[in-house]
Amino acid sequence: MVEFSGIKEIIKPENLVYKKTRIMTENILSYCPGCGHGTAHRILAEIIDEEGLQSEAIGVSPVGCSVFMYNYLDIDWQEAAHGRAPAVATAIKRLLPDKFVFTYQGDGDLAAIGTAETIHSCNRGENILIIFINNGIYGMTGGQMAPTTLPGMKSSTSPYGRDVKTMGYPLKITDIVATLPGSYYVTRQSVHTAANVKKTKKAIRKAVHYQKLNKGTCLIEIVSNCPSGWKMTPVQSNKWMEENMFPYYPLGDLKTPQE
Amino acid sequence: MEKELRLMKGNEAVAEAAIRAGVDGYFGYPITPQTEIIEYLMEANPAETTGMVVLQAESEIAAINMVYGGAACGKKVMTSSSSPGISLKQEGITYIAGAELPCLIVNVVRGGPGLGTIQPAQSDYFQATKGGGHGDYHLIVLAPASVQEMADFVDLSFELAFKYRNPVMMLSDGAIGQMMEKVYLSPQKERSKTIPEWATTGKPSTRERNIITSLDLDPNRQELFNRKLLAKYDEIREKEVRFEEFQCEDAEYILVAYGTSARVCQKSVQLAREQGIKAGLLRPITLFPFPTKRINELAGKVKGMLSVEMSAGQMVEDVLLSVNGKVPVYHFGRMGGIVTTPEEVVESLKSKLIGD
Ligand SMILES: Cc1ncc(C[n+]2csc(CCOP(=O)(O)OP(=O)(O)O)c2C)c(N)n1
Ligand code: SF4
Ligand SMILES: [Mg+2]
Repeated sequence: MVEFSGIKEIIKPENLVYKKTRIMTENILSYCPGCGHGTAHRILAEIIDEEGLQSEAIGVSPVGCSVFMYNYLDIDWQEAAHGRAPAVATAIKRLLPDKFVFTYQGDGDLAAIGTAETIHSCNRGENILIIFINNGIYGMTGGQMAPTTLPGMKSSTSPYGRDVKTMGYPLKITDIVATLPGSYYVTRQSVHTAANVKKTKKAIRKAVHYQKLNKGTCLIEIVSNCPSGWKMTPVQSNKWMEENMFPYYPLGDLKTPQE
Repeated sequence: MEKELRLMKGNEAVAEAAIRAGVDGYFGYPITPQTEIIEYLMEANPAETTGMVVLQAESEIAAINMVYGGAACGKKVMTSSSSPGISLKQEGITYIAGAELPCLIVNVVRGGPGLGTIQPAQSDYFQATKGGGHGDYHLIVLAPASVQEMADFVDLSFELAFKYRNPVMMLSDGAIGQMMEKVYLSPQKERSKTIPEWATTGKPSTRERNIITSLDLDPNRQELFNRKLLAKYDEIREKEVRFEEFQCEDAEYILVAYGTSARVCQKSVQLAREQGIKAGLLRPITLFPFPTKRINELAGKVKGMLSVEMSAGQMVEDVLLSVNGKVPVYHFGRMGGIVTTPEEVVESLKSKLIGD
C-alpha cells in the first residue's frame, strides 16, 4: 500500500501526463465552470509555445467574457473596443508584418457590432488569424440574444424564444467570410471533447503556418457553450450544443486552400 | 538641410509633411473637405519610399481603431477626417486616451450639426477640447492658422503625443484645408527605429508582457489612473501653452480667435485701429491647453474682449473662465459654413463692447 506521504515521490517528471502550459500565466481564469473559453485559450497557448511564437505573438482581445484574455496568456496584448479587433489587428500586422497577429472574439463582438470590421478585414485579406467563439449568446452582459442565437432559443432579450419574424435569423457569418476572396482558410470547430480539441488545435497550427506564408485571413470559428447564459449545467450545455448548435452550425472546413 | 518651397493646399501640406516627418501609418476614410489628404498620400505612394503604410479603411470607426492598433505598437500613426467622421471616431479616441497612446488626429472642420455643410466652420471646439468621447480625458489640441502651420504641426503633434503619451488633435477648418499658400517643407526624416518600452511588438524573454488596455474594474485603481491623467493634463497646462499676440501691447479691446477667424481678426485689428479703436488679437495656438493665464493677465489691462469664432459661441466659454469677471466678454460668430468678414467683427466690437 502506498502511504499518503508517498504522493511526493510520484510527482516526478517521468510520471507527468498533464500540466499547465508555459504560456498560460498563473492568473486564475474568470470563466464559469465548464465554459469553452478556457479550453480555447489553452489550445492557443499550447500552439504559441510549441511553435515558438511567444516573442512573435501579438493578440487582440475583444469586449466580451474574454476581455481579460490578456491576463491569461504570457504574450503582448492589445485590448480592443467592442467589435473593432480586426481593425486593430489590421494595423498591427501592416506595421509589424513579421509578427504573428490574431484576434479572439465572441459572436456579439464579431458578428453584431463588429460585422463591418470582420467582413472588410477578411475581404482585404489581412494576414491575420481570427478566432471566433460562437456561443450563441452575449455571455458577458448576462445572456442577451446574439446575432447567432438559434430560432426559438430563449435569452434575456428573447424571453419567449427568438422569433425570427421580428428578431431576424441567426447569422452564419463564417459562411459569408468563406465566400470572400481575401479569406484563405475558414473552418468551424469545437472544443467540447478531446477529439474536437485535437482538431481545433490542428486548425490553429495550420493558420499559424498560413500566416507565415502571407496567405490571407484565416478564420476559425469555435462553436462553444455558455452554461451560465444558457442556464444549464456544463454537461447539459455540451449535449444541447451537439443537438441544437451543430445542426445549424455544422463542424468542418468551409474553405481550405488548394495546395 | 534647406527647406523646400511649394505652393499647396493645407490638406496636401499635412499629407506631404506626414511623409517627411517619417510617419509609419495613415488610416483614413474620405470626407469633404479633407479628402485630399488620403488622395495625396495614395498618389505619393510612400510605401515605396519611406515604407509608410497608407490604408483606406471601411469607415472612420475602423480607421481610428487601426490608429489604436498601430499606436500600441509604438508607431507614429495618424488619421484625418472632418466633423461627421470625427464624431464617429470618438469611441476610438477615448480608448486611445484611456490607453495613453500617442497619435495624431486631424479634423478639417465643416459646419454642423448633422451632415451640415461642407463649408468651413469652427463648431467642433467643444468636442475637441472638452473630451468628445466619454470619460475624463483631454486631447492636446493644436489650431493651425495657415497652410504652413498645417505642415509644421504634424511634427509638433507627434513630438507632444510621444512626450505625453497622449493623442493630439490638429483642429483645422475647411478654409485652411482647401486654400493654397506657399509652404516651406522640412527635409525627409527617417522613420524612427526606437521602440518605446510600453509598445506591443512581441514579448522577448527579456521583459514582461506589454498590455495595452483602458480597462480596470477596480474602482480604486481606476481612480488612481484618473488622477494620473489629471496630473499629466496639469503638466501639459503648465508647459505646453502656445499662443500669438498681435498689437496687444497698448490694446484696450482684445479679440480672441484661432484658425481662420484669427486671420480675419488680424485685418479687423487693422480696420479698428484706422477708426481710432485700440484693438489687439490674441490667437490661441493650443486650444487645450488654453492660454488661460495670459488672457487673465490681459484682462487686467483692457476694457473688454470679444471671442470671434465660426460657431454659435464655444471658445467664448473658455475666454469667460480665463477673464474671470474682470471685464466684459462677448462672442461674435457666423455659422453654417460662412467665414466672418473683418468689417463684421469691427461692427460687432463697436456694438457689443464700445457702444455707439
Ligand atoms: C460599445 C459597447 N456596446 C456594448 C457593450 C456591452 N457589452 C459588453 S460584452 C457584450 C457582448 C459580448 O458578447 P460576445 O461577443 O458574444 O462574447 P461572450 O461574452 O459571449 O464571449 C456587450 C454587448 C460594450 N462594452 N461596448
Ligand atoms: S457567461 Fe458564458 S461565456 Fe461567459 S464565462 Fe460564463 S459560461 Fe463562459
Ligand atoms: Mg457570445
